[in-house]
Formats: sequence, C-alpha cells, structure tokens
Amino acid sequence: MSEPTIRSAERIELLTAETSEGAQELQRRSETASNELGREVGAVLRLPGLTLDPESVDFDRKDDETMIINMGPSHPSTHGVLRLMLELDGEYVLRTKPVIGYLHTGMEKTGEQLSYVQGATNVTRMDYLSPVINELGYSMAVEKLLDIEVPERATWIRMMMSELNRISSHLVWMATNGMDLGASSMMIYGLRERELILAFFEKTAGLRLNLNYVRPGGVAADLPDGWQDDVLVICDTIYARTFEYDELLTGQPIFRGRMVGVAPLAAEEALALGVTGPLLRSTGVPWDLRRTMPYLAYDRVEFDVIVGTYGDNFDRYAIRLNEIRESIRIVRQCIDMMPAGDYRSQDPKVTPPPRARIGESMEALIHHFKLFTEGFHVPQGEVYSAVESPRGELGCYLVSDGGPKPYRIHVRAPSFVNLQAVSLLMRGGSMSDTITVISTIDPIMGEVDR
Amino acid sequence: MISLSPTAPPGVIVSEGLATDVMCFPTREQYFALVKSFKDDDFEMCVDVCGVDYLEHRERSLPEDVVATRFEVVTNLLSLSKRRRVRIRVQAGDDAPEVESLFSLYPGTEAMEREAFDMFGILFTNHPDLTRILMPEEWEGHPLRKDYGVGNVPVQFKEAPGPR
Repeated sequence: MSEPTIRSAERIELLTAETSEGAQELQRRSETASNELGREVGAVLRLPGLTLDPESVDFDRKDDETMIINMGPSHPSTHGVLRLMLELDGEYVLRTKPVIGYLHTGMEKTGEQLSYVQGATNVTRMDYLSPVINELGYSMAVEKLLDIEVPERATWIRMMMSELNRISSHLVWMATNGMDLGASSMMIYGLRERELILAFFEKTAGLRLNLNYVRPGGVAADLPDGWQDDVLVICDTIYARTFEYDELLTGQPIFRGRMVGVAPLAAEEALALGVTGPLLRSTGVPWDLRRTMPYLAYDRVEFDVIVGTYGDNFDRYAIRLNEIRESIRIVRQCIDMMPAGDYRSQDPKVTPPPRARIGESMEALIHHFKLFTEGFHVPQGEVYSAVESPRGELGCYLVSDGGPKPYRIHVRAPSFVNLQAVSLLMRGGSMSDTITVISTIDPIMGEVDR
Repeated sequence: MISLSPTAPPGVIVSEGLATDVMCFPTREQYFALVKSFKDDDFEMCVDVCGVDYLEHRERSLPEDVVATRFEVVTNLLSLSKRRRVRIRVQAGDDAPEVESLFSLYPGTEAMEREAFDMFGILFTNHPDLTRILMPEEWEGHPLRKDYGVGNVPVQFKEAPGPR
C-alpha cells in the first residue's frame, strides 16, 4: 500500500504539483529568454522605426524587486476561467501572461466526429454570447463548399438575428463591465434588456441560448407570426434605454476615471497583434467586415461603422454602446425590407423535408432518414469564411474529404487573438486597471479555449 | 488571380480556390520569405495560423508540383488597404513537421502557433515560447492528430496521484 495522498496546507508541494502549468506560467526573469521577456512586457513592435523605447522596457530588473502574483482562473472579474500571471512592482504591472486552456473541451476534435448537420450545435457553444453568429460563420463555410444558394428571406432572417444577437452580446458586455467597475445597477439593466432579445429567440428558435437556428442551407424555422411587433418593441425599448446607460455611465466621474486614457492601444500595435473588432476600431481603423467585405445583405442596409480615436478603455466602451444603436438601425431596416419566400434552401439533399411530407412520400422519407443518420456529403475542398462577430473576425476554416463529416474544422476565435493584447495593454498600468482591461477586451473563454 | 510582389521568392505556386480565395503553396524554405513579401506588400494582418493533419486524406487535390506531406500549416493573411485575403498553405513535413515562426513579422501569431504546436506537434523555429497553450503542460500526445484516439484517454495528470 502506498502512502495515502493528503491535500492540505501542510503539503504545499502537492498542491503546487496539482495546479502547475509548468512552462506555460510566467517564469522568473532569470529563467526567461529576452525574446519572450519582451513579449511579456508588451513589446510587440519590431518594425523599423516603431521599435519599443528601450527606456521603458526594464530588462535588468532583479527578481527580488518584483513579485509574481496569480490572478484566476476563477476570479470573478476574469469573465470565466482566465488565469493571468502578473509581475508587479508595488502597485504597477510590469509583465503579464495569460494562461488559458482551463475551458478546453476539444470542440475542434468533436467537430470532426459530428456530421455537417450536427456541426452547428457544436460551434454554437463556442462563443456562448453570440451563438447565432458562430452558426452563421460555420454555415457560410459549409455553403461555400456545397456551392448552394441560400434563399433571400433566409439571408435577411440571418442578418436580423445576428444583429439582435450582437445587441444582446454588447448588452452583456455593458452589464459585466459595469459590474467590474462597481456599477451594479448597470449589471441589472444590461441583463434586463438582454432578456427581451432572449425571449424573442425562444419564441423563434425554441431556445434562449445555443439556438442551433442558423444551419447550412438556411435557418431552422420561419419567424413567428407577428414577429414585426416583437422586434419593434425590442428596438424601441433598447434604443431608448441606451440613452439611460449614457446618462448613467458616460459622464460619471468614477467611471471616466477608470476608463478615459487607461490602457491605450495604437493602430500599428493592433494590426501587428491581429486584433479585430471593437478593439481594432477603437484605434481608429475603420475595419468592419460587414462594411469592408460584405456578406449576407449588409451591402444593402445603411449603418455606420463606429470608430474611436485613442484606443483606450473609454473608446471601446463608446464603440460598443454606439454599435448597439447601429445594430438597432439595421434591425429596423430588416423589418421593412424582409422579403417573402422560403426560409431555407429547397435542395432535398441538404434540407430535411417538411414533417407532413414524410407520411405521404417515400422519397421524402428516404431523404429524411439519410439526412439524420448519415448527413449530407460535402465535395472535397477547403474554405475559409469570416464574419464579424461582436468581438471581431470570426473565421471558420473547413476541410472536407468528400464525406459527411468535416475532415478538419478550425475556428478563428476573435477573443483568442484579442486576449494576446493583454500584455501590451497592462504594462505600466496599476493593478486595478487589469480588471478594466480584461473587461474591455471582452474575452469569452468558451471561444478562447474551444 | 493575384500577382506576387517582386520580392517574393521565385517559384511559388499560386492557385485559385473556391469563391474568391487565392492560395499560395510555398515550400518550407520559401514560406518565411513569401510571408515577408506579402507583409511588405500591404498585407497588414495575419489573421489565422492553423495546422491540418492529412493522414487519412492523402489524395487531396493540390496543384501539380506540390509535394503533399502529412502536415500542413495554413496561414491566412489579410490586407486592409486592398480588402483582400490570401491563404498560404505550406507542406510542413511528415514525421517531424517544422516551419519557420512568423513571430518576427506578425507578433500576434505567437498564440496561434503555440496552438498549432499543442494540437499537432508542429514545431515553429524561432518561436519565443513554444509551450502548450490549451492542454496541460504534462499532457502526452497532440490531440488533433488523426492517429490520436477519441475518448480513450484517461483524464489523469501524471503529477497528481491518488483519487481526486
């Protein structure tokens, strides 16, 4: 019999061994190569003329002058299971390293075991705040490989649902960001307004989260009767309330003190890091895939791309608040311009037959059986398709070997890339700024770790 | 079809994929120089780096003259000023896949390359910190490889003996 294992404060070495991530963690300076050290202090620019000022990177610090502390993975303001290791000089952050993977569930591996029909249920769980847009990115990739046309109405339904989803995602961001700064009333308001949208999702798709609504070939169900009224109420209510948030937060001295000028990001740095979405736009780069590389029918609706100037926390807040208003503008146009017709492709190889046909048509029965046992076959090839999620460019790289399951499915998660900017954003900031920085980056750990 | 910039290494195979995708097939030696030429040619952003294991799909369609290997590294570049994308597929090798890291060109690829290393065991030379990123450090094997089984790995870390 071996000695029983006891986990207690007296056996620190065992606790350390159980929680150790080894080399993934932030190491002491003496053990870190200069290239890596430079990355951890946020020196991203190695381009000629843009090199980081050597004065501001203190490579020669002694280990005994600083302290490495661990934040997370289950810290209330890390928005999930993000673990940050910070090297502090008193109150100020010198180095930061995100340690991720605590929510890794192998969704890309799972995606290889599921058929294309089931695939949407998998990707919808990645970015759990914007499930519709995840499904959209995946479905558009599959449709490109299949080379099928999606009916006009399906396109517009997809667009309206993704804009509603963008609103609800930004509302959750407003809520959690308020909570991080101590504005707990914002938390309640944000979740209250989001509830309106989730109720509409439930009415349309049957589920509130992880809808599996957008599927290859179209959408799962047509909009419910009287949907215009529901959506109009959502638009009117939330639009009016964005001005309440404005009043509650924008001019508020404590809020401004923690947001204005904190953690600025330059456009060159954002581009070098591959950062997209509100983070990139806050630096003044007008890059929004809905406008610059239009998909669905975004080239036929009017909206503005909101752009910031300083790339600080406040710009990121202002961009998200105004994007809610722009999304409402798009949703209103969707109500007016929603065409009639099919809500999913009528290709029987892709779309299951209506329930009523199964009882009377042998062919429909066969198609139904084939679709739900084997799934449809997708021609060989590989494709990358990208959509603008609330957090940035959400790409889906699909490889098909001609079978009914994806050979490889890779999701380019915007938060995964954006999160790598923390080292840069936090350098020189105070410990309390780390909270606002994590919050304004808006990482969704389900998507980061997949 | 795009024309490569004059600084691109000679002999890179360019092909058109589905939709408007443009693909380049450099060799491992040409890879870094090709990406550098794209970067100088206004491709400001490296959007994505991922690996693919073609163990069970060897006979995929590739342009002539491209020697297919088991592992492939797929890099997506984006030009904001030209509003164009280009996809670079480099054949990374069979047994010891290894390509040059893009870290010195696009620092944002650091995490994506770590993920490709973690999931496929593809090595990236000159990467500052090639450690696992999603799996625990002491994990054995590379989960997204096709010869890595599904669901038959006991979830037990080496350093944590005894019942949890």
